[in-house]
Amino acid sequence: MKKVYARPAYCMNCHLCEVNCIVAHSKSRNLLKAFKKEKLRGTARVFVEERKPISIAVQCRHCNDPRCVAGCISGAMVKDTETGIVYCQEEKCVGCWTCVVSCPYGVIRPIEIDGRKLPLKCDLCKEYEEPACVVGCPNKALVFEERGAEV
Amino acid sequence: MSTFSLKTSEFSVIRDENKCIKCLACVRQCGFDCHQYDEENDSLYTIDANCVNCQRCVYICPADALKIYENPKPMRSNNYWSANDLKNIYKQAETGGVLLTGMGNDKAFPGYFDRLVLNASQVTNPSIDPLREPMEIRTYLGRRTEPIALQKQKEKDKTQTPIVPIETPIMFAGISYGAISHQAFEALARAAKEFGTMFNTGEGGLPKDLYQYGDNAIVQVASGRFGVHSDYLNVGRIIEIKIGQGAKPGIGGHLPGEKITEEISTTRMIPEGTDALSPAPHHDIYSIEDLRQLIFTLKEATRYEKPISVKISAVHNVAAIASGIARAGADIIAVDGFRGGTGAAPLMIRDHVGIPIELAIAAIDQRLRDEGIRNSVTLVAAGGFRCSADVVKAIALGADAVYIGTAALIALGCHLCQKCYTGKCSWGIATQDPYKTRRLNPELGAERLYNLLRGWSHEIKEMLGGMGINSIESLKGNRLHLRGVGLNEVELNLLGVKHAGEAI
Amino acid sequence: MFREGEYRIPSGCAISGFINKDGHRVDGSAIVKSIALMHERSNGLGGGFAAYGIYPEYKDYYALHLLFEDKESRNQVEELIKDNFYIEVEDRIPSRNVKSIGKAPMLWRYFVTPRLSKIEEAQDTEENFMTELVMRINASVSGAYVISSGKNMGAFKGVGYPEDIGEFYRLDEYKAYSWIAHGRFPTNTPGWWGGAHPFTLLDWSVVHNGEVSSYGANRRFLEMYNYKITLQTDTEVIAYAIDLLVHHHKLPLELAAKVLAAPFWQEIDRLPAQERELCTRLRVVYGSLLLNGPFSIIVGFNGGIMALNDRLKLRPLAAACYKSTLYVASEEAAIREICPDVEKLWYPKGGEPVIGRLEEEAQCRLSA
Repeated sequence: MKKVYARPAYCMNCHLCEVNCIVAHSKSRNLLKAFKKEKLRGTARVFVEERKPISIAVQCRHCNDPRCVAGCISGAMVKDTETGIVYCQEEKCVGCWTCVVSCPYGVIRPIEIDGRKLPLKCDLCKEYEEPACVVGCPNKALVFEERGAEV
Repeated sequence: MSTFSLKTSEFSVIRDENKCIKCLACVRQCGFDCHQYDEENDSLYTIDANCVNCQRCVYICPADALKIYENPKPMRSNNYWSANDLKNIYKQAETGGVLLTGMGNDKAFPGYFDRLVLNASQVTNPSIDPLREPMEIRTYLGRRTEPIALQKQKEKDKTQTPIVPIETPIMFAGISYGAISHQAFEALARAAKEFGTMFNTGEGGLPKDLYQYGDNAIVQVASGRFGVHSDYLNVGRIIEIKIGQGAKPGIGGHLPGEKITEEISTTRMIPEGTDALSPAPHHDIYSIEDLRQLIFTLKEATRYEKPISVKISAVHNVAAIASGIARAGADIIAVDGFRGGTGAAPLMIRDHVGIPIELAIAAIDQRLRDEGIRNSVTLVAAGGFRCSADVVKAIALGADAVYIGTAALIALGCHLCQKCYTGKCSWGIATQDPYKTRRLNPELGAERLYNLLRGWSHEIKEMLGGMGINSIESLKGNRLHLRGVGLNEVELNLLGVKHAGEAI
Repeated sequence: MFREGEYRIPSGCAISGFINKDGHRVDGSAIVKSIALMHERSNGLGGGFAAYGIYPEYKDYYALHLLFEDKESRNQVEELIKDNFYIEVEDRIPSRNVKSIGKAPMLWRYFVTPRLSKIEEAQDTEENFMTELVMRINASVSGAYVISSGKNMGAFKGVGYPEDIGEFYRLDEYKAYSWIAHGRFPTNTPGWWGGAHPFTLLDWSVVHNGEVSSYGANRRFLEMYNYKITLQTDTEVIAYAIDLLVHHHKLPLELAAKVLAAPFWQEIDRLPAQERELCTRLRVVYGSLLLNGPFSIIVGFNGGIMALNDRLKLRPLAAACYKSTLYVASEEAAIREICPDVEKLWYPKGGEPVIGRLEEEAQCRLSA
């Protein structure tokens, strides 16, 4: 499946992938509204890890055999059999955050939205043609491509 | 030293708080620590005194929340004492140092390119449409020996160096690895290869991983001899002896030790962290006959397989010097005018030494013709080419091809803040800081440079077609296609052009 | 009013020419008829002819055709001539009155041989010595102009329609194995006979239709080789370019044509290695002599003619054969006018020279 891959050599630590991720997952899909009105600052599903001078954007790997899905106690976390995208069906989620602790990459973050506990993770922008983080990366440090099956 | 400083902030960074989303991109991208984040109060603020107006934050801000304004100068300047003069004096009164700067001469000297206009065909001969007819801008670099028929009868001259084609008369000027980042350097190399033109290594050698671009490289041999060894000479297509540079004629170079990283130290063959000092003259060239020896030393070292270029800065006696260089055995003469850029130069030298490239081209071309040796060398002009029309005018004045340096860096994102010498470049160009260099992706850079060459080349073809010419060689030295506007008699004579309104 | 040399005057034109490769000499009535057919292509401000093989009895002498505007200039030139040459014969060029032609300058011809001592003094070859002298007269004697200076050939030109110029010069009384002709349509109104075509240098003569946009580049290249450009016409530059390439640099005419109308790089790149190397070299070395812009030319020389088009063929040129005669002209009709039964007729491609030379036997006979 096509996945997002980071090229750390070109990551310039601007964190715009996070900004674009937030806007893409906002209701308004408008930068100012998303941050100022919906107050979505800090809800990005991609995380730029930095240890100067190196930085790299990390996000869900959409594993073949995802531990988060295996560990989910309510069956909310699933891997789409067609697209391979791992995502959380929020209506089924009970907010136990088992997925958060079971992810070996640490790319599922616990979050509380309107008092409700949810996991925050990359859904590969399944509503868009290409993930927003990739489209908006000013230095092509993120690419969305098919690299064959993972071992 | 007094604690009372007369240094002032040149710019104000204005943040529109209604727009700012506090993503901190500006903080992370500013190379000069102007943008600051106060974690305790979750607020952003700026230290205006640090701002160099490089515009990096303005471009990176996703909310378009930043603007940079030039501050009113708190100087009691007048028509004679400019604010810049005062500012410089205050600065020097505090530091006692030489004023440093980067890029090219920005003083308001008359620009001759702006006072020359081009011709076009009407009725008596047709203009040519480059979309429908072949339009040739391929150019050859090197010595053009003649006559052919006679040469054929003789045994092939073993000391004849080959000629080198370029698909557009535009090449990338010498900018050294060290002055600019590996990423910027690689972008130039890749674009040159993809377009079929040349890039110039500058005086800092060629990193081993870029040897694959050797066929498109002009490898420089400068007074510091950095990175010069047999493999380096042989991997390049052309060798250039750098005598001078338009931005700083008559003086050497200084790359501070902080920029000498491990990789640069390996490439330049100098210890890591030591200053790279290029002497003002080559210490084995104190006269024209010494130059001849170096030219032929290099030719011997490369079995006469590489044309030799000699690059000089445009100075008062440039025509006679160029003639001497041609006679000394150079195959290419590169002349760099006073608008030429640099990574670091003393401000006084950059702004007050050397002559305009337009006059230098005209003088050299005419002198070489007067002496009947114009055909024996290729004349490459450099120093402040801003657009394709400048290139066309330079070729009509008599150049064969041009180098673009500043324009190429601008294509890579440079905003002419002139702070290259600080090594802090926010755009990842003139810096070796690994945190910043990675922001210039060579793939994207090469694409931008390629686009620039493509755009300019297309414009050159359009202009040629308008003149009724379908080959660049018919433009070379064809000053009848130029007219001066607002130039005096002396200037017209020096440029060898008539005034607009005069017929042929 | 400006004249050639003070001003650059673009012009459109008609050209025509033919050569009898068997050396058979014919009078000028045919060429006049041919160029007259293209009356519309000229505007009465210039016509001219060059003819080869017309002075068999003086074939070893340089035939200087000269134009003088006044006595003074003639005296100056005669002094120069006497100083440098032995004069075998001198006379006025015969002419008849033609109503439509205005006041003609004095037209003289001299059959001369250069003084050996003078050539030695100049430390040069005889040809270069001649060229120098012709250029000196043209450049430095005001009011005098050398119309032609070759052996066993002559140029006849003036201000008027070509057919009237032919009548004026009594061309029906000359016999030549090759003739070339020109009718001019200048965009200005020069009233000077010297400015008409053909332009000649020793035995080269050139008639030309077109405007060369590379003129400035061509001119400055030739000036590097000491050619003195006095007329500022494309034709003058073409003649000098051919002289440089063929006479001084010893290129065969076919290769000279590849310089003047060079093949495109895309064609050169496809050639076999050896040819590619040659064509590349030619373009690199002589790029400045590429004639860029529209032109068709006919070049006359001792023993042949060559017609050539610019590489985009922006001006008309037709060629035809009949028995041993080669015809070239701006228009097919101008050929059919004098040779209704052409055996083969074609439109040469841009940059492809059409060359006709005297057969060897005829060459021997004519020079014997």
